Amino acid sequence: MRLERRQGVSLGMRLALPAIAIGVALAICSLFLLWAGANVGQAYFSLAKGAFGSRFALTETLTRATPLIFTGLAAAVAFRAKLWNIGGEGQLYVGAMAITFFGTGLITLPPALMVPFLFLVAVLGGGLLLLVSTVLKTWLRVDEVVTTLLLNFVVLLLVDYLLFGPWKDPMALGWPQAARIVEEGRLSSIVPRSRLHTGLLFALGSAVVVWLLMRFTRWGFEIRAVGHNMKAAQFSGIPVKWAVIRTAILSGGLAACAGVTEVAGTKGYLTVDISPGFGYTGIAVAMLAGLNPLGVIAAAVFFAGIYNGADSMSRAMNVSNYIADVITATALLSMLVCSLLVHYRLRRD
Amino acid sequence: MTPRENATALPVLEIRSVSKRFGNLQANKDLTFSLAGGEVLALLGENGAGKTTLMNILFGHYVADSGDIFFEGKPLPQGSPSASLGLGIGMVHQHFTLGENLTVLENVLLGTESLFALSQKSAEAREKLTALSARFGLQVNPDRLISDLSVGERQRVEILKALYRDVRVLILDEPTAVLTPQESVQLFSALRNMVSEGMSIIFISHKLAETFEIANRVVVLRRGEIAGVFDTQATSEQELAHAMVGRALPKVDRPPAAAGGVVMALQGVSVRQAEETNLYDINLTLRAGEVVGIAGVSGNGQRTLTSLLGGDITASAGELIFDGTPVTNASPRRFIDAGVARIPEDRNDVGIVGEMSIPENLIIENYRDSAFQRAGWMQGQNIEEYSQELCGVFDIRGADEAQQAKELSGGNIQKLILARVLSKQPRLIIASQPTRGLDVGAQSQVHQRLLDAKRAGAAVFLVSEDLEELFTLCDRLHVMFEGRLSLSMPIEEVDIEHIGLMMTGKNFETHNYAA
Repeated sequence: MRLERRQGVSLGMRLALPAIAIGVALAICSLFLLWAGANVGQAYFSLAKGAFGSRFALTETLTRATPLIFTGLAAAVAFRAKLWNIGGEGQLYVGAMAITFFGTGLITLPPALMVPFLFLVAVLGGGLLLLVSTVLKTWLRVDEVVTTLLLNFVVLLLVDYLLFGPWKDPMALGWPQAARIVEEGRLSSIVPRSRLHTGLLFALGSAVVVWLLMRFTRWGFEIRAVGHNMKAAQFSGIPVKWAVIRTAILSGGLAACAGVTEVAGTKGYLTVDISPGFGYTGIAVAMLAGLNPLGVIAAAVFFAGIYNGADSMSRAMNVSNYIADVITATALLSMLVCSLLVHYRLRRD
Repeated sequence: MTPRENATALPVLEIRSVSKRFGNLQANKDLTFSLAGGEVLALLGENGAGKTTLMNILFGHYVADSGDIFFEGKPLPQGSPSASLGLGIGMVHQHFTLGENLTVLENVLLGTESLFALSQKSAEAREKLTALSARFGLQVNPDRLISDLSVGERQRVEILKALYRDVRVLILDEPTAVLTPQESVQLFSALRNMVSEGMSIIFISHKLAETFEIANRVVVLRRGEIAGVFDTQATSEQELAHAMVGRALPKVDRPPAAAGGVVMALQGVSVRQAEETNLYDINLTLRAGEVVGIAGVSGNGQRTLTSLLGGDITASAGELIFDGTPVTNASPRRFIDAGVARIPEDRNDVGIVGEMSIPENLIIENYRDSAFQRAGWMQGQNIEEYSQELCGVFDIRGADEAQQAKELSGGNIQKLILARVLSKQPRLIIASQPTRGLDVGAQSQVHQRLLDAKRAGAAVFLVSEDLEELFTLCDRLHVMFEGRLSLSMPIEEVDIEHIGLMMTGKNFETHNYAA
């Protein structure tokens, strides 16, 4: 058996790829459900119902998808330029810290300006954090996988320190949480009686903007050239270092926006657990989307749906909700295998 | 004794109606020919004509869709390199497959003998190897490390490796591409020794002249089919070239040198800590309307010199002067904007971004022009039209079907690069191995383009391993050896023997401008 490269993969095939991958993942996971003694059909039905089956389920899924769109975009943009940003989690918390610093009373602007202002300071903070790793990479050849990953823990410990120390809200009955974001800076609700907030609109807008940027602009052209073939880009006179640095600010900034949606939108104040690993899941989202910014939206909604749906499946069927992690992990793995099989064919000889 | 007299009628290898298809591409179509004992058969053809596919079928890397191969009358099991090797078919690839950190002897034994028996057999093996190298005139010290050997010596090791396995048929893939003329002569005499003992050789080549020198018969492939089988005694270069490309080749006429002003001058330039070979005290003058060539065995600093002239690396001493202005520490951007057209040696890795489209690759050097982007937005329509036009003018085939530049064939990738850099009326052209691996049709197109540019007043700097090409195109010639550049010689005053000696470091004179 060996692999042979296929000529010309059709667009339809590439679009069908994630759907096939998800199908394969669900098939594999049904084995685990059987093992857990559940009825597979009912289990998946309750999962789908918990994810999308009611107004509440749908808004909850979209609320959860919002930060995932941002962290997914962050990973997609960076990976496109072969900048291996594993630090989405840290950048998310830097964004959250930035808006907590400015948005809890230090500066108060009218609502129309306050929200953009908060996004701006978050983007600058997250961009700056990734810039540190990127500058180390481009000028000193320090591996950015290591530095971005480790900075996640540095940032998280800093948040810990601030929440137990100087930023601890005296009105919070001793809980380690910061003061609330001022009312002008809150992301307002877009569906009554739900947690869904305008952060979703910002996320969708960002995905479209990033898509346009990558596809139709000079910056996108440079980023794609650098990502696909750095040597050729350098040779052709493309300012490779600047392209990578711009990518870093964009990617770090996008991840930081997830911090904004969680603190100024979903929760209202900073705690140490605003993100259950959105930064890391963003990497999986980007991979499932094939690094396509518009695909990130669908992948983020899928991941959010699985996590939300698994909770209700777990209640209804009495199986562990860890099955959500198993489904998303196998979806990712089968995506990688399916993408291999789309680009190559197996030959037996 | 010529190989011809030794050739016997009995076929060693018979290929009967072999076909192979990859998707829409018919790589081999109904190929039938045979190889006689003691015969040298040349396989000629353009890139993509199916030579490599056929050899890979023979050697067991691919399985034919239909057809049979018979080795000494028995069917050859397909798809198994070890079976082919076991029966006595050996192959010397263009890119050597030797362990750099092992000795010659160890390399020969690798894969031949069980690794655990190495100590017991090494004495016998050494004897056999020494005997083989004496018998065929392939001198090489069995105890030297491969990393210490020259390219020519490495090739000898590859051949010895095959001979050690007692092969009856040896396939050589463009063996002279990396050799000096003297080394080629040695190789040919070794090959003659082999055929005189009854071995058969399949010799894949682009070069017509050497085909005539070594082969008895020539099989010409065109688009996967046999375009003709010729007896070298009864054919001409024109006939072969015609069969290969399906049309007569335009003859390349070198316009007389009309050297104008100095476009680029290097004065006492050295490069230390280069990725490959360092440069020492290079003095070079490139004038408008003149082609200056660099001969030399690859790895003697040509790559460093072309990187330097393209702005990719900077000099550690000395000065680069472009149009009277020092550009010693300039960037690729600065060189491109000044009108330097660069045709890189690694056309796939450096010349194009394979995953991007053809239009995108055509504008990658001047994507900032106002025609291609306005306020940061790429002008898709203009880029598309520009690309259509260039693909027409430069005859880039397959441009309509290919989504990504890497889907083009080697010759068309080179045309894409030429289109990109030559359409801008360059002042200086830095061409590095511009026709390596290209078929004769594409080759003559590249030559014509370079000479047209010269006629239009560009200074052309050409690095090539193909001496024939250098003699065809150049007005002056330098030789490079171990990071040094010889004095320049007008092409009329040099002969190929002398150049060959200089390529190995003999009679090598350099000039010192400081004196």
